[in-house]
Amino acid sequence: MSNFSKTFSSTLGKKLVMSLTGLFLCVFLIVHLIGNLQIFKADDGLAFNQYAHFMTHFPPIKIISYLLYLSIIVHSVWALILTRRNKAARPIGYAIKPKDGSIWSSRNMGILGTIIFIFIVVHMSNFWFKYHQGYTPFVEYQTNLKTGETTTRVLDASEFKEYVTYVDNGIQITQSEDLYKEVYTAFQQWWLVLFYVIAMAALAFHLIHGFQSAFQTLGWNHRKYFPIAKFVGLWGFGILIPLAYVAMPLYVFLTNL
Amino acid sequence: MSGHMNLTLKVWRQKNSTTPGKFVTYKANDISPDMSFLEMLDVVNEDLVKKTEDPIHFDHDCREGICGMCSLVINGEPHGPKRATTTCQLHMRSFADGDTIVIEPWRAAAFPVVKDLVTNRSAFERIQQAGGYVSISTGGVPDANEIPIPKPVADEAFSSAECIGCGACVAACKNASAMLFVSAKISQYALLPQGQPERYARAEAMVLQMDEEGFGGCTNTYACEAQCPKEIKVTNIARMNREFFNAELIKS
Repeated sequence: MSNFSKTFSSTLGKKLVMSLTGLFLCVFLIVHLIGNLQIFKADDGLAFNQYAHFMTHFPPIKIISYLLYLSIIVHSVWALILTRRNKAARPIGYAIKPKDGSIWSSRNMGILGTIIFIFIVVHMSNFWFKYHQGYTPFVEYQTNLKTGETTTRVLDASEFKEYVTYVDNGIQITQSEDLYKEVYTAFQQWWLVLFYVIAMAALAFHLIHGFQSAFQTLGWNHRKYFPIAKFVGLWGFGILIPLAYVAMPLYVFLTNL
Repeated sequence: MSGHMNLTLKVWRQKNSTTPGKFVTYKANDISPDMSFLEMLDVVNEDLVKKTEDPIHFDHDCREGICGMCSLVINGEPHGPKRATTTCQLHMRSFADGDTIVIEPWRAAAFPVVKDLVTNRSAFERIQQAGGYVSISTGGVPDANEIPIPKPVADEAFSSAECIGCGACVAACKNASAMLFVSAKISQYALLPQGQPERYARAEAMVLQMDEEGFGGCTNTYACEAQCPKEIKVTNIARMNREFFNAELIKS
């Protein structure tokens, strides 16, 4: 054990933790995005609410979600520890800020990370917390299995016991927490949408540097494969994913103007 | 020959490691553009000595760009504005008549200022002593080409070995990290057969000594690579990370 503590208390060991937690969070971004895209389905949120129920009740996903919360905390705390050390390594700064050709995001990962952390807190208290505390509205869907038509009815909190889905007389009935409505209402506030836009811009810049940087830290700077990591980091995690995320609040906001 | 230049210098003056320093302005008049930066400082110092003032202290030795002794952050850039050039090889033709030049020492907790622009870079020596060597079995001189080494590997090792240990990477890094230096020293041995016996023990010992000296961590801004007078590549840092993680988690 003392061997491991020596390894992980070194600067390289801490960087290893940063890169592994960072990459794990990147994988989460993909999964979370695929699920969230259900919001674009014109079904009054049936698919979205089913997905929300599945993600919060399927045991393997629950275990991964705890790993995820841990990763967010470890990634943030380790960043603070490393930043403190980095600041202490240069107690007296330069009169003229060095010009070095480094990209802006690589020098501002802490600020970008702080914006993302605040976003996570706001985002989770808006949706995750309300969902887990049962503060969301409730809904009942009745889908006629022959015609495929779905009608929606708002359920009173007193009517709702737990998530159920069953078939009765050729009609599929689903009673669910209505996270979709919660999201829909929230995204009609312009200031929240603006906050999401800013946060996703921060995420974009954080990942343009962060994703490829994780591979350099792991030592996977291979002549042939590193350019792929750089490409995926820029176009996938830096541009495509943040754009897809920010499309959701913008879509809801703009279609309800 | 082009005309001589008149310059204004803002130089960091600091009596010793415990006294706080400050910038002092000097005039450097009638400077030839063919002088090196250090020769320009020599001229300024001649003047100061004539006026019985304390000359500006700065490190230098070979003045051929190979010893790693000269330093100086010039207008915010370690070793000045020219790429792949040490301060001693920087010529005054890189500046224009009437310029103001700000000269500062390397700024790092691990490189305390001794006096003015001179810093104590013994931290690098202690890192080298921790593992930057090979145990040579003495005896007869081995035959040439007895140990085959592919040309690309030899070239890579040689380009890592070009590091002169000046500390510009530390000076350039926003975290005052020494990782470019340490990684170059680890790489030059990790690549060659002669370096294999202590390969992993070396990586561990040198990295831990680097931390012990109080250098910052790497955030992959690659400012070090941009400012290195010997153009040491950051691929060395990735190699050091591999060597260290191998040493810590797999090979031990």
